[in-house]
Amino acid sequence: MSEEIEKIPVTITVNGKKMQRFVEPRMLLVHFIRDEISLTGTHIGCDTSHCGACTVDLDGLSVKSCTMFAVQADGCAVKTVEGLANADGTLSALQEGFRMMHGLQCGFCTPGMLMRASVLLRENPDPTEDEIRYGIAGNLCRCTGYQNIVKAIQYAAAKMNGRDFQEAAE
Amino acid sequence: MNEIVLTREMREARLEGMGCKRKRVEDIRFTQGKGNYVDDVKLPNTLHGDFVRSPHAHARIKKIDVTKAKALPGVVAVLTADDLKPLGLHWMPTLAGDVAAVLADGKVHFQNQEVVFVVAENRYIADDAVQLVEVEYEALPVLVDPFKSMDDDAPVLREDLAGKTSGAHGQRKHHNHIFEWTVGDKQATDEAFNKAEVTIKELIPYHRTHPCPLETCQCLASFDKIKGELTLYGTFQAPHVIRTVASLLSKIPEHKIHVIAPDIGGGFGNKVGAYSGYICAIVASIVTGVPVKWVEDRIENLSTTSFARDYHMTTEIAATKEGRVTALRVHVLADHGAFDACADPSKWPAGFFNIVTGSYDFPVAHLAVDGVYTNKAPGGVAYRCSFRVTEAAYCIERAMDILAHKLGMDPAELRMKNFIRREQFPYQSALGWEYDSGDYHVAMRKAMDTLGYAQLRQEQKAKQEAFKRGETREIMGIGVSFFTEIVGAGPSKNCDILGVAMFDSAEIRIHPTGSILARMGSKSQGQGHETTWAQIIATELGIPADDIMIEEGNTDTAPYGLGTYGSRSTPVAGAAIAMAARKIKAKAQMIAAHLLEVSEYDLEWDIDGFRVKGNPERAKTMKEIAWAAYNAPPPGLEPGLEAVNYYDPPNMTYPFGAYLCVMDIDVDTGVAKTRRFYALDDCGTRINPMIIEGQVHGGLTEAFAIAMAQEIAYDEAGNVMGASFMDFFLPTAVETPRWETDFTVTPSPHHPIGAKGVGESPNVGGVPCFSNAVNDAFGFLGVTNLPMPHYPYRLWQTARSLGL
Repeated sequence: MSEEIEKIPVTITVNGKKMQRFVEPRMLLVHFIRDEISLTGTHIGCDTSHCGACTVDLDGLSVKSCTMFAVQADGCAVKTVEGLANADGTLSALQEGFRMMHGLQCGFCTPGMLMRASVLLRENPDPTEDEIRYGIAGNLCRCTGYQNIVKAIQYAAAKMNGRDFQEAAE
Repeated sequence: MNEIVLTREMREARLEGMGCKRKRVEDIRFTQGKGNYVDDVKLPNTLHGDFVRSPHAHARIKKIDVTKAKALPGVVAVLTADDLKPLGLHWMPTLAGDVAAVLADGKVHFQNQEVVFVVAENRYIADDAVQLVEVEYEALPVLVDPFKSMDDDAPVLREDLAGKTSGAHGQRKHHNHIFEWTVGDKQATDEAFNKAEVTIKELIPYHRTHPCPLETCQCLASFDKIKGELTLYGTFQAPHVIRTVASLLSKIPEHKIHVIAPDIGGGFGNKVGAYSGYICAIVASIVTGVPVKWVEDRIENLSTTSFARDYHMTTEIAATKEGRVTALRVHVLADHGAFDACADPSKWPAGFFNIVTGSYDFPVAHLAVDGVYTNKAPGGVAYRCSFRVTEAAYCIERAMDILAHKLGMDPAELRMKNFIRREQFPYQSALGWEYDSGDYHVAMRKAMDTLGYAQLRQEQKAKQEAFKRGETREIMGIGVSFFTEIVGAGPSKNCDILGVAMFDSAEIRIHPTGSILARMGSKSQGQGHETTWAQIIATELGIPADDIMIEEGNTDTAPYGLGTYGSRSTPVAGAAIAMAARKIKAKAQMIAAHLLEVSEYDLEWDIDGFRVKGNPERAKTMKEIAWAAYNAPPPGLEPGLEAVNYYDPPNMTYPFGAYLCVMDIDVDTGVAKTRRFYALDDCGTRINPMIIEGQVHGGLTEAFAIAMAQEIAYDEAGNVMGASFMDFFLPTAVETPRWETDFTVTPSPHHPIGAKGVGESPNVGGVPCFSNAVNDAFGFLGVTNLPMPHYPYRLWQTARSLGL
């Protein structure tokens, strides 16, 4: 706590764009994303790294961006929900799955849930239901009861594997 | 204009009206990170506020020193109760007729109570400044147990109420007593108990918990000194009520206050009331002349802005030996914490708890509720609940199981024997409600048949024998619950908030090209109103839902409404939408008659327009009528095509449901596994089955959490024990059971489209179902009344105490 805290230069590639800012060493990565570069899709839902609303990709891994400092991400590539759509602007299979299977309600956990699921499907392109449930256990949802989130991820997996996903949300 | 000829089915499908599983409009933005939640709203030069909070549950404030905090570079203002006093804002009225401290005024009454508000250039500096404020306390005796609240030697909590022998709801019996509320015929009930063949009496507690939406409470206040206008963005389930309250408190004229509730990240009752953070942010913006943002963190959310439940229900049922109930008597001790800040309609200090007779035909009943103060956070909000109906349903559904156990009867059979019969509706309950419609026997029978109830009971019996023989260490429970909700507050004769009658509203405008902008007084927090409200209009007016835009949450543009909580949106705002649409339809019929040169009585409605009776070739679609309304209205008729409706419902609606749960408990670990959970809901007419299913899944998951582990507990010193996600249980995808949903449809006879509301039903019915399953599992060992939450350690202790 202090007098003047010296700001440090950081360079983080976010959704393919190089972002350079001077930040206090104590600034959390999530505040860098939300406040410094104004990408507000990444949310904050707790103070204890439990809820996962702030989940982003960092060099291909899921991280909770409230759990690391922006300076720790210096030189890294970050992907947020704003970078998830297809190049032509259409919804990716995962985003489409969440909509088709009613995998969201208030939408607050959704960006973190999508970012986690996108890495899960890269690690395990055809997960079982239990693997999906364990794979998203770091992300809390208060609205859906997860059942349709699981279906949404199954929908995306099927589509990405060239199959039809038959089971519709009721 | 000639179109390809569409079949009637194609015309109907194109509307995506009521009954269709329309995909949500909201999801397009939410899946791309383009939602606009309060903390996403950014105004230039915004300052950030943060609270210094009390570490004590009960203490006198000896001294507050803000010198060091004020001296920190970047700190702009520091507010204490003394700074708010000249404005008369150091205390604020609550919705329940009490007052609550905005900033502690000489004394703190619960841990984490707001003491000082610090305003700084960013949230990091604000947090630094919070650490620099020095507060000297003198600890006072702490009162945590509500059963000790009214002891003779109980500490005086509310010195501000000294000498006040009555409150907003009548006489106070003790310095820590808030109100006593009684309903029903005491004498007749006592007589029935005196004559009863069988009685039960049990204390059924419903522990303290919290709604805990994933987005916490937050606001952004911006006061324009030149215009004298306040713009307030916030997580508000009831934005118009907030505007009225803000005007009454701040004396800023109501038309100069612009309240905007943007996208809201879940509410569940947490975002109905007005909190210190809102008042302080407004005052700070007025003082500093720039916008001030207040964003609660999770610990603040769980420990200060509203709790739910904390009802201690002593419940008695009188019955015949054959199992016919003859009377119900309930006394509730209601722990309201430090201030009575329940969000109930003004005249209802215990909400609609008098729905406690449930789905059963009790000839007589009597209810008394005593509200008391303790050194805990204030609140008592309706967490996914219509004003204490969750407590009431838990009370009666647990009590019916306890009675069944005493009678040696099957709990489903006992319920079937005592259900209100179909032909009794509209049914007048012993505690004063008129149930609108229901067919309970059909719903219960369907649930039992679908799950194979009789076979499950056989399996359970076999397992119990095997357990006794030592062949298994697992016990099996079957949970039965049948609930009747009371939602849709409410008729203005019964319900108001701060004097404003609890109606709701809709405004529908059809543009010349036939697309629609509609605005409501409700406010979605995830319920999908932008999707479902358009479906109602699509069916009523024959315009495709995709051509209808729904707006809520901006008090400048939306008609006045009381907001979204207590499952009231579909029963009240949903009705207003249909009624506004019907006003438009009546005018459209006049225009169509003019265009077709017939009498309007010669026209009939046909999916998307009017046609001439007996000559269906001659017709005008709603789109054509809309154009004519602006282009060539009939002589003497005013141009345009729009309507407003303020709907004051004639009665509440009464959704109901039959829930069954099959659970296996390992007595060596105390771990309970939900094998199956089946939920049959009857919410009347179904607007969007996909969204209903989603609501049921979510409500059941919250019910599972509450019944099995979630709790806001306090230790003896008044330290809050469940104030972060380290301690407060929110289930992940791994623990959450798989849900099976089903339905029957019994429309509400008094609602324009027959809909009843569903969002809270699964929480109301789900909690007793889980708890009954746990109790049922231990039932053959003589246990009947295990209190929630049923987490593994507690179940393991139960098993140990039984010598298992």
